[in-house]
Amino acid sequence: MAISVFSNRRATALLVMPALAIYTAVMLVPIVWSAIYSFMDGGLIGGFTFTGFDNYTQFFTDPQARSALRFTAIYAVAMTIGQVALGYLLSLLYLFHLRRSSTIVRTLVFFPVVLPTVAVALLFQRVFGLAPVEGPVNALIQTLGGTGIDWLGGTASAVGVLFVMDLWRSMGFYAVLLYAGLMDIPEEMIEAARLDGATGSKLVRHVVLPMLLPVLVSALVFSINGTMKVFDSIIALTGGGPAGSTTPLTLYMFQTAFGFGEYGYGSTIAMVLTLLSLIVTWFILRSTRRHLTAS
Amino acid sequence: MTSTIQAPAPRQLATNRATRRPKNRRSRFLRRLPLNIVVALLLVIVCYPLVWLVLGSFKTQDEFLSSPFWALPSTPDLSNYTEAFAKANLGTYLINSVLTVIPALIIGLALGTAAAFALEVLVWKGRGPTLGIFLVGITVPAQIILLPLFTMYFQLHLLGTLWPLIITYTAVTLPLNVFMIATFFKAAPRGMFEAAAIDGASTLRMFWSVGVPMVRNGIFTVGLVQFFFLWNDLLFALTFTNNPRLRTVQVGLLSFNGQYGSIDYGPLFAAIVVSISATLLLYLFMNQRVMRGLAAGSMKG
Repeated sequence: MAISVFSNRRATALLVMPALAIYTAVMLVPIVWSAIYSFMDGGLIGGFTFTGFDNYTQFFTDPQARSALRFTAIYAVAMTIGQVALGYLLSLLYLFHLRRSSTIVRTLVFFPVVLPTVAVALLFQRVFGLAPVEGPVNALIQTLGGTGIDWLGGTASAVGVLFVMDLWRSMGFYAVLLYAGLMDIPEEMIEAARLDGATGSKLVRHVVLPMLLPVLVSALVFSINGTMKVFDSIIALTGGGPAGSTTPLTLYMFQTAFGFGEYGYGSTIAMVLTLLSLIVTWFILRSTRRHLTAS
Repeated sequence: MTSTIQAPAPRQLATNRATRRPKNRRSRFLRRLPLNIVVALLLVIVCYPLVWLVLGSFKTQDEFLSSPFWALPSTPDLSNYTEAFAKANLGTYLINSVLTVIPALIIGLALGTAAAFALEVLVWKGRGPTLGIFLVGITVPAQIILLPLFTMYFQLHLLGTLWPLIITYTAVTLPLNVFMIATFFKAAPRGMFEAAAIDGASTLRMFWSVGVPMVRNGIFTVGLVQFFFLWNDLLFALTFTNNPRLRTVQVGLLSFNGQYGSIDYGPLFAAIVVSISATLLLYLFMNQRVMRGLAAGSMKG
């Protein structure tokens, strides 16, 4: 009798089907649909014609697409390194310096993580503002004798502000993630290493880092997956500018599809982004798994 | 772990503690000073922009232009807030956000819990593939579903209503809901279900009266995490709200910034404060749960 309760077909269908149906209609079907769109030319109004691989060849010769691809790659790699490295340093600070009193610092530094990106971006526009109102950063520079900078007016400085803002938004998250990983290292392990004479950087490099590796890998995968899909912070902070220099693939896809109504080419950009993130995730997981089993 | 790292052998030290205490304390202070400065700097960097934001929401335009940035507002008046609500339609945007996020959150949690129960507790063919199918949704970028969804909603004549957002939000919460709640069911004692089965409970009754109460806490945590995702969403809200009347808070804030923000600082700051107040309140009361939930959610990904 008990067995039949656990393998009741009708009840199972009743429990799974609603979720699966909505999920299929809103996510699975559109993924396949986008793949089909990517081989077509046209839009909602003019209709579609099949064009084979034309969109893909166009993608690799389109200078804007190349610059978007380059920006996505640079942003994702630099940001992932920055987020995980900063989070790791913070987690070490929490554990070895602040110790018991770290809860309040942890909680405060985590707070920006839950803030709406739009709100943060608009705030940072003002924090780095020059005219009509000088933000705190430029005011500080002038107090120290420098001249104010139009941060969002130049490419390099705009990218700088973007990095600072996104690190500000996310460092608390990675710190908590890696801190939880550090807490899971058995204390006898560190104790034993200390008795063997390991201190400071040696302790971190030979004991803490290897033990933390699985969590570090999860953080890396999560970070690269998120940073490759960056959209909100860029559209709200720079709008992709100046002159398209901070436009990643996500934003380029959005502009192509909804600005110019090119559904086919827009879908191609989305497909390239999707394949890219799947490949990168698979690659990291595979290479680190080999590393984990080796050590 | 922290206590063992710190604890010196107390009895040995006790003998010379009286004589060495002042010197010890000073050297300990000096040793900790550099990192304490780092911590102080960290807190300033994290908190100061927010302090500046809140203070700025009470400042007049004159104060922004002529007083230094660290100056406090001269009078704590709410005119920026009333202006933000009047000019930026903040009230409408807040209602739209609530009307889309809350239904999607509740439906998504209900459906996700049911599916998670079936996938983790029940025994049937196709469990593995079904879990795999839900996993796809966590890895792909949202851009891949935008255009087909837009076409679908257009052909169903749903654009111009809030339904596209409610439907999309419900669906995008499902993968994480299923995965996180499934882990809670996994952690629940299996014996409880077996006892219920022996007592003659039907499958659905076992789900509702035994399963759901055991993971209630977990469902709440997942709901909290998803609330932040949906409330802060910009991409879907931007795509599916072609009518200003339908804007959510995030889209409304962005367009308000385009219209007035570059000139009028005060009302924009007030609007930003309003837009973050929901998250701030939730975080104030449930920060530890939020931190745990978000960290756990990312490890599933």
